[in-house]
Amino acid sequence: MAEDFVIEMLHITKEFPGIKANDDVTLQLRRGEVHALLGENGAGKSTLMSVLFGLYQPEQGVIKKNGKEVNIKDPNVANDLGIGMVHQHFKLVECFSVLDNIMLGVEPCKAGFLQKEVARKKVVELSEKYGLRVDPDALISDISVGMQQRVEILKMLYRDNEILIFDEPTAVLTPQEIDELMEIMRGFKKEGKSILFITHKLNEIMAVADRCTVLRKGKGIGTVDIANTTKEELSRMMVGRDVQFAVDKAPAKLGDVVLSVRDMTVPGHVHKKDAVRGVSFDVRGGEIVCLAGIEGNGQTELVYGLTGLEKVTHGTLTLDGKDITHASIRQRSKDGMSHIPEDRHKYGLVLDYSLENNMVLQRYWEPQFQKGGFINKPAVREYSDRLIKQYDVRSGQGSVTIARSMSGGNQQKAIIAREIDKDPKLLVAVQPTRGLDVGAIEYIHKQIVAERDRGKAVLLVSLELDEVMNLSDRILVMYEGEIVGEFDPKTTTVQELGLYMAGAKKQGKGAQ
Amino acid sequence: MSGNKKQLGMALRQKSSSVLAALVCILIGLLVGLVALFIINAEHAWDQGFLRIIQGGFYDFPYGVGKTLTNSAPLIMTGLSVAFAFKTGLFNIGAAGQYTLGAFGALYCALILNLPWYVCLLASALFGAVWGAIPGIFKAYLNINEVITSIMFNWIGLYMVNEIIYARGTGIMYDANNTRTWKVADRSPGSLIPSCGMSDLFHTPSTTIAIFLAIAAAILVWVILEKTTFGYELKAVGLNKNAARYAGINEKKNIILSMTIAGALAGFGAGLLYLSAGAEWNPLNSTSLPAMGFNGIATALLAASNPIGTIFSSLFISHITVGGSFLPTRYFPTEIADLISGIIIYLCAFAMLFRGVIEKKLHANADTPDANAEPAAQTKKEGK
Repeated sequence: MAEDFVIEMLHITKEFPGIKANDDVTLQLRRGEVHALLGENGAGKSTLMSVLFGLYQPEQGVIKKNGKEVNIKDPNVANDLGIGMVHQHFKLVECFSVLDNIMLGVEPCKAGFLQKEVARKKVVELSEKYGLRVDPDALISDISVGMQQRVEILKMLYRDNEILIFDEPTAVLTPQEIDELMEIMRGFKKEGKSILFITHKLNEIMAVADRCTVLRKGKGIGTVDIANTTKEELSRMMVGRDVQFAVDKAPAKLGDVVLSVRDMTVPGHVHKKDAVRGVSFDVRGGEIVCLAGIEGNGQTELVYGLTGLEKVTHGTLTLDGKDITHASIRQRSKDGMSHIPEDRHKYGLVLDYSLENNMVLQRYWEPQFQKGGFINKPAVREYSDRLIKQYDVRSGQGSVTIARSMSGGNQQKAIIAREIDKDPKLLVAVQPTRGLDVGAIEYIHKQIVAERDRGKAVLLVSLELDEVMNLSDRILVMYEGEIVGEFDPKTTTVQELGLYMAGAKKQGKGAQ
Repeated sequence: MSGNKKQLGMALRQKSSSVLAALVCILIGLLVGLVALFIINAEHAWDQGFLRIIQGGFYDFPYGVGKTLTNSAPLIMTGLSVAFAFKTGLFNIGAAGQYTLGAFGALYCALILNLPWYVCLLASALFGAVWGAIPGIFKAYLNINEVITSIMFNWIGLYMVNEIIYARGTGIMYDANNTRTWKVADRSPGSLIPSCGMSDLFHTPSTTIAIFLAIAAAILVWVILEKTTFGYELKAVGLNKNAARYAGINEKKNIILSMTIAGALAGFGAGLLYLSAGAEWNPLNSTSLPAMGFNGIATALLAASNPIGTIFSSLFISHITVGGSFLPTRYFPTEIADLISGIIIYLCAFAMLFRGVIEKKLHANADTPDANAEPAAQTKKEGK
């Protein structure tokens, strides 16, 4: 078969001490196709792409471009071969303009002087050709995340790259922006560019990809044509077993109001204005209330205000009938608030502490874990061992494992175990499944629903609309620090939510 | 409980790689020192140079060893001071200033108030604590970097103490004939730390039970850090301030407490030295901070901030420093020992790197590979 492969990675093996990150993986990219690379966290997607990008040298295997073997010994070589990448976390200079960012590193020069107009012409041409509208003179710090991504894409195009790698590009986008990105990708395909699309969102693969290569635990499971496969099939290949997508849950049995927020205002740090402006809502026992919205619309600050990480400048918070507006973080925890934080590395864990020390992070001072100021190590160990077993937290050495060495999914499981086992009245879960694979997501969703069924109040903050629709009993949409709408997931659509999230629509006051 | 055994093995391996890394630093430092000796005077470099440094205090036993012990006691304390702050994520470069204040506190209580030695020691710790607390307060409430504040407070402390003691030659603690403070032994013998026979054993009045007090302090610090909820909080704040706050730990309080305790440790160290016979404060030597404070940084680094390790690193640094003082001055400058310890200290910055390499080597030789979360999960799955 003389197929027209633009890039071939054949039998790539890359080992790190103690683990084979890639084990005999083969990936062949056809000219002019969208090729998805699917796999759980830790399956070896990033390693494989790093090999292609010249960041790692494989122990075995060859890389071919247009049928000729190449040695990609550093990223510059990758660049020369026309391989470009949009990283998950953008690599842009915030205080530079769009144009400056695009030409950075390949500035057109004449006798040492910049030829900005030449660059501008090319950028404008490219953005018109592919429908990537951006203002070349805007500063990166002033434009939206979606726009920033376009700048990253333009960077690749400006360098005449023909192999475009997208690393989890949709994580930061609204539904509307995702649709646009898909359209842009189709446009590239038409122009004969080849796209590698790293993701673990099956819907997007089904929507835009031609073929998909699945990795599991470092091994290439296979490459399938999207036309001949289903979501279920793909997820089975990825996880190695059947995965349930729809969350199984009984109708909510509403209890009393557990959390009551009235007119809460929280200051912001990015800009001078308040990040949360006069927000009011209730969460009752036995329901999951979901706070939806695009990143940066005040959800983070709302949670900070709620959990005490940030001082509330106005309004009142009541937890189970008790005013906690000015209570300390520990007091709120004692009063029955659990918090699964947005950033598990920054807030959720002391990464260089052992797992057992992390398991008692909020409770080490309780009489059961200490006596006269001395930590009762056996009690901590016993407690930690129980949580590990009960919540199936997997780690190299059990309780003494350093949290840093654990996989993201298991770190998150540890946090969830800790927070749920506190038997809280209110569980505040912020993006509990961010960056996790479907297996872990399934598990975490089940735990959250179980908490609800136990009569706990759950406030879920999520950027993933699928998660919002699947899990919540009630949806509140936040836009620019305010709650702009309240919805019943059974009667609303993702598109409708998207309009509110983008600020195009707004309900009347009083979403309570 | 093979699991427990495995865990113990892991911990031991980590410990041993730290020790090995420190030893590599020491070895390279000694080698460079040897080269320097050869360059200065090749003829006598080995027997009259290098061997004497290696022999340290044993060259003039028992007097030399006594001297090593005398010097080690305060060095352990300043090392502990720095190490303790490190554990909380703070860099206490102000140990020298806290030490200075501690010396003042001890001498004031001894020379003026004629208080018993243990009260004087407590006073030295108290004075040091105050000097440590101030940068801590600045750090906690105004977010001013403790490095900057404590460097400034080093000098503020030094000039202040010198000024009070000297007072243009009229200070009541100042002996104009010796240009130093009065000898504690003459003015207030009760303020001297008891020797319990150590002085006789080592033929020097300056060797006292101070070394045991320092070792006890090191053990106490270790217990606080490893066994108590307070230590748990301190380390949590040091490793991840945000997570500590999330967990309801008052990180401001912990920062202040940590600096206060670090200051107390350094001040106590000065007490141990100045309440042993044979050490007086010289207020005219006003341009330099006590080296003990900065050497504390070195000992803490060499010990990888481990309180128990600090005992050994202090003993070692004192050992070669004393060895350096026995060098024949017509061939070598005594500072050669400082050079060696300087190189060792410099290499301590690379100790982390060495540790990484050594750990890798150890892992490669061990039966079980570095058990990453992934393979562990795999075995579990297969077991189902």
